Amino acid sequence: MAALAAILAAFASLTLWSAQPAGAADRPDPVAEAAAFRNYFVKKFPEVKLEEFVNGPYALNGDMRRQWQEIDQFSPYEFSLEKGKELFATPFANGKTYADCFPNRGVGIRQNYPYFDASEGKVVTLELALNRCRVANGERPLSHVGDAMAALTAHMAFTSRGKPFDIKIPDDPRALEAFENGKRYFYTRRGQLNFSCATCHVQYPGEHMRAEVLAPALGILNAMPIYRSEWGGMGTISRRFTTCNSQIRSLPLEPQSEEYRDLEYYLSYLSNGLPISGPGARP
Amino acid sequence: MNNTVSSKARWRVLWLALILWLLGSTASVVAAGSESEFKSAYATAEAAEKEAGRLRNQWTVTEAALTKAKKAAEKNDFDSAIEFSMEAERLAKASIFQATSEKEAWKNLEIR
Amino acid sequence: MASSIRVRAIANGETTDVQTLIQHPMDSGFVKNDKGEFIPAHFIQELTFEHDGKKVFVADWGTAVSKDPYVKFSFKGGNKGDDLKVSWIDNKGESDITTVKIQ
Repeated sequence: MAALAAILAAFASLTLWSAQPAGAADRPDPVAEAAAFRNYFVKKFPEVKLEEFVNGPYALNGDMRRQWQEIDQFSPYEFSLEKGKELFATPFANGKTYADCFPNRGVGIRQNYPYFDASEGKVVTLELALNRCRVANGERPLSHVGDAMAALTAHMAFTSRGKPFDIKIPDDPRALEAFENGKRYFYTRRGQLNFSCATCHVQYPGEHMRAEVLAPALGILNAMPIYRSEWGGMGTISRRFTTCNSQIRSLPLEPQSEEYRDLEYYLSYLSNGLPISGPGARP
Repeated sequence: MNNTVSSKARWRVLWLALILWLLGSTASVVAAGSESEFKSAYATAEAAEKEAGRLRNQWTVTEAALTKAKKAAEKNDFDSAIEFSMEAERLAKASIFQATSEKEAWKNLEIR
Repeated sequence: MASSIRVRAIANGETTDVQTLIQHPMDSGFVKNDKGEFIPAHFIQELTFEHDGKKVFVADWGTAVSKDPYVKFSFKGGNKGDDLKVSWIDNKGESDITTVKIQ
């Protein structure tokens, strides 16, 4: 009981400390929210150009940026990227290819994902679309946290490099709800360490967490998938979400769970207009 | 010299020691966890963790404690198994509390 | 089969600047797989760069070097058009060689 009381006090003090004046309208206004989100980061880092936020910690730390620029001449993700190109072009057993499933043969479309599928009433991410393509053509789905999915999404991101994120929220209450769900997930504290995504990526971007420099939430998905030196390989958005959860001692949900898809929807929308920079490289 | 302890007193001391020893061993028998106590503690912890799962807010450390409890029980170390079960219950309840309070508290962090 | 070695060498006045990215698992032998079995050590032991018949850079590596190692160094000499030979051999006796022209 005493322990619970202590936890209660801790939560209360944490939330009060970060309290902001209430007063947002009940109906979500994604356009206004995206503008507010952007302004927050632009004000916090006035010397950083808007499109630079997609480079995460490299936009906020000069020393890291120099190392990244050097390494980028021979990007560590090159092997995975090549593999992704090869996988994308390899036909399924039935003779069809991934290109048959996607608009524009899958070239230069990454910036449109995720999108809200009105017929199903759910958010569809690029990873989900790729696996659906496989299953529709008689192939087994890939692991969302594995190398093959990472290589495929790396290839597709590469074909969209430089294109601005263009996520649409149709005038559909279910799409708005997905956006709200994503937002709620983003700001909700979880795990034994009691962090929310916002704790690191809104309150402390540019600061150190142990040896890492935290990335700002603005533009955070533009560089995905990323080659992480820590992983020694390329990892998908699913991999990043699930490992972030474990790191704060929150039991990860199933990859591509509704919460994760809605979170990706929310974060991607907020970064509309910022260029796709994937695949990226991070420490 | 009159400081020798009388034999009566000596017997009294021995009798007291025997009683204390019996009490001590009885107490430790009571304290030692039984398999049924473990099962009960584990079930409580599991139920709490299930509730946390329903709220989509389980902690990795809760799962770890449940696993440790099970492993200890397998080795018939029911004392440890009960302790780990109780820890798991505490952690699960804390995660339930977190999920419940965060239902409203998250708004405080939102950028406006 | 694609080479495991990517190399770019640029003549820069009196020196030549070299960058390399090598595809190799560089398994230390201490990491376990999903089944709990140790992944056997598999790492490059010697990496050599040769120019004009001379060894300009030799690396003796062990298990501390990470997967897909990246190397950057400069050596005195080297002109545009010259050959630079890069080769490695690992603890399993596997090897790879490639030759590029200095730019």
